[in-house]
Amino acid sequence: MKFMLIWRVTSDEAWGNLGEVDFDAMLETVGRFNEEMINAGVLLAAEGLAPAEEGVVVDFSSEPPVVTDGPYGETKELFNGFYLINVPTLEDAVEWAKRTPMSAAGFKTEVRRVTTVDEFPQDNEWIKKERAWRESTGQL
Amino acid sequence: MSSSDPTGRKAVAAVWRIESARITGALTRYTGDFALAEDLAQEALAEALVTWPREGVPANPAGWLLTVGRRRAIDAFRRRGTRDAKYAALAHHLPEGGALTGATDPGPAPDDVLWDPDRIDDDTLALMFTSCHPVLSAEAGVALTLRVIGGLTSDEIARAFLVPTATVQARITRAKKTLGAAGVPFEVPPAAQRPARLAQVLSVVYLIFTEGSSATSGDEVLRLDLAGEAQRLARVLTRLMPGEPEVWSLLALLELTAARFPARRGPGGETVLLQDQDRRRWDRSAIARGRAALAKAARAGRGYGYYGLQAAIAECHAVARSVEDTDWDRVVALYDGLARLAPSPVVDLNRAVAVSMARGPAAALPIVDALADTAAFKGSHQLPGVRGELLRRLGRAEEARAELERAVALCGNERERAVLARKLAQLETPAH
Repeated sequence: MKFMLIWRVTSDEAWGNLGEVDFDAMLETVGRFNEEMINAGVLLAAEGLAPAEEGVVVDFSSEPPVVTDGPYGETKELFNGFYLINVPTLEDAVEWAKRTPMSAAGFKTEVRRVTTVDEFPQDNEWIKKERAWRESTGQL
Repeated sequence: MSSSDPTGRKAVAAVWRIESARITGALTRYTGDFALAEDLAQEALAEALVTWPREGVPANPAGWLLTVGRRRAIDAFRRRGTRDAKYAALAHHLPEGGALTGATDPGPAPDDVLWDPDRIDDDTLALMFTSCHPVLSAEAGVALTLRVIGGLTSDEIARAFLVPTATVQARITRAKKTLGAAGVPFEVPPAAQRPARLAQVLSVVYLIFTEGSSATSGDEVLRLDLAGEAQRLARVLTRLMPGEPEVWSLLALLELTAARFPARRGPGGETVLLQDQDRRRWDRSAIARGRAALAKAARAGRGYGYYGLQAAIAECHAVARSVEDTDWDRVVALYDGLARLAPSPVVDLNRAVAVSMARGPAAALPIVDALADTAAFKGSHQLPGVRGELLRRLGRAEEARAELERAVALCGNERERAVLARKLAQLETPAH
C-alpha cells in the first residue's frame, strides 16, 4: 500500500524555532532520515514546498472567490512537504511517521493512504481519460 | 495504539519489520553465533509483544529490543557456561547486562558498542548471505530470509505459504542447525565466492516474489504482500551492492512484472493473459522505476545477465502499447541470449512463442515440435497449450482441439485451466 506522510508545522512558535536551526544541520538530519527510508526500500517519492510566503490562496468563501497572497490563514493549516512510501500496513506507515526528523511540539506528520486506480469505476469515461494521461506521462 | 490496532500488536509487528535485520545483525556480531542471535531476537520480539501493548512503544524501540536481546544473550551464555568454558568466558567478558547486574527493566537506549552505524550495512548484507547460503534448501532460505531480513513472524510466513506454523518453525530450526553444522561464517563472502553466492541470494529473493505473484492458491492479499516484500528486499540489495548489475536487473524484473499485477485479473477473478490485458491498468510508476533500474544495470557495460535479459524482455512488453506494437524481434533476440546463458526447455518454449509473434506460427511450430520429447514437459500442460495455440492460428482446428484438450486434462492449476478451457470453447464457436 502507498501512504503519503505529510509534514506540517502547526504553530508559529514551532515555525519560528525552525528558523533558528542551522541549515547544514537540518540538511543532514533530514538527509539521514531520507537515507534510512531509501535503505529500507520503502521510499517512492518526496518533495518539499517553498515557504508559504511565496504561496497564494484562492478562497471560495465568497463569490467570486478571493485570491490572496501568502502567507495566508492560520499557521496550523499549512503543510510543507510529503513523502510517498510503499509499506504493507498503516502501522508501518505510522512507524515511519514517528521517525520524521525535525520533530518537536507543534510539528505534526499526517499519514494518509493513497488510493489506487482500482478503487474507481473502470468504465467511467473520466477515469479512462485520467488513466490515458497517466500512461502518457509516466505518472504515479 | 489506535482504533485500527486495539491490541497494539500491529504496531510491534511494524517496528519489527523495520528493525529485525539490524537487531539480528547486531546480536550476531555480539554473540558470534547466528543461530543463537536469531533465537535472542525472537525472544526480544516476544517480550515486546507482551510489554509494549501495556506500556506503549518505547521512544527508542530498536534500543529497547537490543538491550533485551543482549540481556538474554548473557543469560544464555551463563546457562551454557555451566557446560562449556568458552561460553563462560564470553559471559564474563561481555559488558553489563541483566544477568550480571540483576536489572530486570531493559531501560532506555543502550550502548554504542552494539550499535555501530558503519557496520549496519555490512551486517545486513552478511545476514542476507547467511540466510541464503547454498547449504540450505531453497524453502529453508526463503523462510529464514523472510523471518530475519523481512521481519515476518513464523505465522505470517506459514499463512503465505499455506503450511502449518510448526512446519515453518521446523524449517527455520533445521536451517539454523545446518548452518551451524556446516560452520558457515557470518560474513560477506570473499570476492572469489561472491558471484556464486550472490546468485543464490538473488534466486531466493526471486523465489519469494514468484511465490507471492503466482496464482496457484492461497490468500491473494497476503501473497501480494510477499511480492511487495521481495521488491523491498531487492531495493535494499541495490543499496548494499550498488556496483552489481544483476542486483539492479533483479529489481528491474520485479518492478516490471509487478507493474502488470493490476491488469492480470478479470472482473470475476479469472486470469487475464498478457496479450489480453488492459495495458492502461499497468502501474506506470513501477514501469518507470523498473526501467530506471534496468538502465542502471546496463550502465555497468557488462551486458545483461540472467535477470537482466528477463527484465529486458519484461521492458519490451512494458513499453509496447499493444501486442502488435511489441518489438517481437528484440524479444526473440533476448530469449536467444537467455537460452545460451541459462539453457532450459521452458526458455525454449517461451522463445518459440516470441518467434510465432515475430515471424508467424509456421516458423514456431518446428521449434515446439523439437521440444516434444523433452523430459521437463512430460505430463505438463505447457507444451500442448502452446502447440494448440499455434495450430489454431494456422487454421488447423482439429489438431488444435486435440492439443488444447490434452492441455486442459493435464493442467493442475484451476485458473490456468480456465484460460485453456476458454480457448477451447472459442475454437468450437466458429469465428464471425
